Amino acid sequence: MAVLGLYNYFVFAVLLMIGLYCLLARTNIIKSIIGLSMFQSAVFLLYISMDKVDGGTAPIIQEGVENQIFANPLPQVLILTAIVVGISTTALALAVAVRIREAYGTIEEDKIQEMDRKQ
Amino acid sequence: MTLYDQLPALVVAVLLFTAPIAYMLRMHGFPWAAATAAVVTSFIVACSLAATAIGGETIIYEMGGWPAPYGIVLHIDALSALMAMLITGASSAALIFGAKSLADEVGEETAPAFFAAWLLCTAGLVGMVITGDAFNIFVFMEISSLSTYVLISAGPDRRALISTYRYIVMGTVGATFYLIGVGFLYMVTGTLNTADLGARVGQVEDIRLVLVAAGFVSVGLAVKAAVFPLHSWMPNAYTFAPNAVTVFIAAASTKVSLYVLIRVDYAIFQNSIANHEVQLTLFLVPLGVMALFAGSLLAIYEKNLKRLLAYSSVSQIGYIALGIAMTSVAGLTGAIVHMFNHGLIKGGMFMAVACLALRYRTVNVANLAGAGKAMPWTMAAFVMGGLGLIGVPLTPGFISKWYLVLAALEKGWLGALLVAVILISSLLAVIYVWKVIEVAYFREPRANAVPVTEEAPMVMLIPTWIVVLTGIWFALDTSVSVGLASIAAKTLLGVAL
Amino acid sequence: MIFSESDTIYYALTIPLLGALGIALAGRWPNIRETVTLTTAVAVAIVVWSLIPTLQAGGRPELHFGEMLPGLEIAFKVEPLGMLFGALASGLWIVNSVYSIGYMRGNNEKNQTRFYICFAIAISAAIGVAFSANLLTLFIFYEVLTISTYPLVAHKGDEATVRSARVYMGILLGTSIGLFLPAMIWTYSVAGTLSFTPGGILEGKIAEPLVGILLLLFAFGIGKAALMPIHRWLPAAMVAPTPVSALLHAVAVVKAGVFTITKVFVYIFGIDFLFNQPSHRIIVWVACFTIVVSSFIALRQTNLKRLLAYSTIGQLSYVVLAASILKPLSEVGASMHMMAHAFGKITLFFAAGAIYVASKKTEITDMLGIGRRMPWTMAAFSIGALSMIGVPPTGGFISKWYILGGAIQDDNYLALATLVASTLLNAAYFLPFIFAAFLYKEDVKPVNEHGEAPWPMVAALTFTALLTFAFFIFHQPIADLEAQILVK
Repeated sequence: MAVLGLYNYFVFAVLLMIGLYCLLARTNIIKSIIGLSMFQSAVFLLYISMDKVDGGTAPIIQEGVENQIFANPLPQVLILTAIVVGISTTALALAVAVRIREAYGTIEEDKIQEMDRKQ
Repeated sequence: MTLYDQLPALVVAVLLFTAPIAYMLRMHGFPWAAATAAVVTSFIVACSLAATAIGGETIIYEMGGWPAPYGIVLHIDALSALMAMLITGASSAALIFGAKSLADEVGEETAPAFFAAWLLCTAGLVGMVITGDAFNIFVFMEISSLSTYVLISAGPDRRALISTYRYIVMGTVGATFYLIGVGFLYMVTGTLNTADLGARVGQVEDIRLVLVAAGFVSVGLAVKAAVFPLHSWMPNAYTFAPNAVTVFIAAASTKVSLYVLIRVDYAIFQNSIANHEVQLTLFLVPLGVMALFAGSLLAIYEKNLKRLLAYSSVSQIGYIALGIAMTSVAGLTGAIVHMFNHGLIKGGMFMAVACLALRYRTVNVANLAGAGKAMPWTMAAFVMGGLGLIGVPLTPGFISKWYLVLAALEKGWLGALLVAVILISSLLAVIYVWKVIEVAYFREPRANAVPVTEEAPMVMLIPTWIVVLTGIWFALDTSVSVGLASIAAKTLLGVAL
Repeated sequence: MIFSESDTIYYALTIPLLGALGIALAGRWPNIRETVTLTTAVAVAIVVWSLIPTLQAGGRPELHFGEMLPGLEIAFKVEPLGMLFGALASGLWIVNSVYSIGYMRGNNEKNQTRFYICFAIAISAAIGVAFSANLLTLFIFYEVLTISTYPLVAHKGDEATVRSARVYMGILLGTSIGLFLPAMIWTYSVAGTLSFTPGGILEGKIAEPLVGILLLLFAFGIGKAALMPIHRWLPAAMVAPTPVSALLHAVAVVKAGVFTITKVFVYIFGIDFLFNQPSHRIIVWVACFTIVVSSFIALRQTNLKRLLAYSTIGQLSYVVLAASILKPLSEVGASMHMMAHAFGKITLFFAAGAIYVASKKTEITDMLGIGRRMPWTMAAFSIGALSMIGVPPTGGFISKWYILGGAIQDDNYLALATLVASTLLNAAYFLPFIFAAFLYKEDVKPVNEHGEAPWPMVAALTFTALLTFAFFIFHQPIADLEAQILVK
């Protein structure tokens, strides 16, 4: 059961690998960026999983309730930052993709490589 | 609290706050001026921090007054101070140098955004070296990376875009690996403060997760630091970035990732994982040796001068990796000094290349025939840098090589082999440097080539020569560079000062 | 004296550099430029020579420039060996400058300003090598010497020259960084210092077989000494203009090599320590091998300058051999031979250059009967050749005498046999040419009817030929001075 209880870590690992594979295997820039996004999302899942405390609730002190168990708030805060970073990266990558499309007329990496070689 | 106590925060804050201001300034030349003013201020602050650190003192600055390990602290010791000086110095020099060339390469319209990105990039890099919090390093790393992507994509050639894209992919993967590693460390220790991590990792019973974390962190940083064979993003990024940007990132950006590698491996893992030095050696020595040879050989066969220097950086990073892997005071001193000295050398060389590019409109080695005569000062600066890469005395490269060889000699017969490797790669450097020198000085320009008769403008030459002369200065008077580096090395290894 | 002795060292190093600056500024006016060169040369020689009386009285002037690395400073200290080399380099620079002016103008060479600038920097570097107080300082100036002579060797700038200059640069820089530098750092890591100390610094710090390895690293790392098999740069550098060849062979470069080797033997290893290590024999063998083989190669040369180059390789190994015999007499002989060879070889090169300027001939097979057209030049050449062979009353005899004395003290029959054989071989490759030059009829008509070369060249080569006699007669004070190097 202990192993099954760690299922979200398995999801993290699988998601990470799917993202990485997608990133490496696709020549289409947009599809690679999707892979990159998945790759990062996997890490969000890792951080969120680790803050879970059995029976824990949101870490807000309520009056009159004693001996509450809280989930660890720090990873949530950290991952909020990481999510922002991830969004920025994706946005920037997409912006570059748009510029690449303008400059080369395609977003297929192998075609671009061919055009560069001719230059 | 006096302003003096706030200096550690000021070194980053001044850059972060000027960035939006630079973006809002629309008048011609103002964004550049604002950026330069901020970066130079930051450089002066960094120098004053270094003056404190050279006494062996460590400055701990609690952000918002929250004490460690709960709050985020800035942790400035000799190593951070040296790196901060390198980063802000390189950034100032590149900005002043690039006043003219950046105006050419980056359009009027995009200038405000470009200089804002430049400031953020510098801020991110400085932040990485002064923070004492592992997650904070990631945040600053991403600030600097995202803005570096912007800076590189401003290159005039459309290939700059595809280079940027590849850098985004590699850089993000590297940073994410680091993030995963830090996550695992947090899982087992519950802290993110580097000093606290160093103490707590040692108490962890099940070491497996720590090892996995060390693997993720080291590989991630190796990608960011362009350690061979994870360097593939670098040559094109250097080649197609605007010239002044290349000066800056070549001098500073990969070094910062190496700094984090040193910090994490020595401050956190060295004292807590048994046999860590063996693992570090097994990880970095092969990579370093491969980098030395592969980088130099690629440089020898390269025709584009900027890419040639980028490959040379790959091999020079190999030296630093070897120094880190030696796990001795001399080796670490050599690695740290070489980070600093190589920054100076490569910065100066890329400046000379930018001067050449301005007049020749190309950086193909074959087209630079006759440059020795047409642009004597520029080429003389280039030659000084080249001699530095080779490690000839009176150049900063000699100092770093001295320590690396000294460290290798301490390691017995295996060390003797490393000495041989280090020296053979110096000789390979002779080949790729001399290839350029021969063309520039002894080959007649082609008949159909547009003749170049003019030396680069003074606004570019003077900063170039200031950097070159600073290099010579640090080759003769090593009390600052070696002084800080040896304090840093001793602190990291826990040897008494 | 007007200024202190350490000031004198300072001036000896900086005057040539100021001269280089002056030459650069005066580049547009050849007459002023040449005046600057000559004035600088004379000034440097006076400054350097002014130290000789101090040295004879046993003084050791010092100059400290501060630390470069912790515990390693850039410092200068004049001792007899360095004094000899410094005095030699600065003195011959005057003669060489006079000759250069004749040669460069007579030949209408391009880039003359660059030539004189690099020449001045090379002299400053040679004096730096001579006066260094430790191996690090020496190494720095050794490299400056390599780099500043590269543009001189590549002076012509055509494809073949650049290729040869590449060999020159590659071998000298390669050996110094690949072998000399690790040897130096190794020495530092075992001895904790690099200062030249009478009696050496390595005694008891390192044992066989590591001594042998270190010794080989030094011997081959100091590529300027041209021990075989790293001698290739010397013939390659023959593409340079003749004054440069004279600089390489007589004034500075190769002398810096054998000087460094002698200095390392005497002040780093210490001759007593090294003598008790069996591995020092390796150097004796390598030197003997180089002497004999280079002489055979010289026999087969038809290009005059290449012949002289191989002769130099052999003569340099005399110095290395003398130093590696490790007997007091032979150490003095090593320093004496540096000087004797300098006077003889500079005369030979001046003569070769004069022949080239006057007749454009480079092959000895074309030079039959040339002694009739250029009697002064060939007479001087003959004197130089006799000095190489070691015939009295030329300087070569004196130094060979000392070296032989040392070899006998050591009962070193290998060295004795090599010296005898090489004397015969030297005679075999010089004498036939001299006879042919004087006695045979001219069989190749020169392009133009020529007599002697321009007068500055003839004056210079006559003067250096006289110096070989002078050295024979007045060698005693020098020998006395050099005997001090072994005093602990």
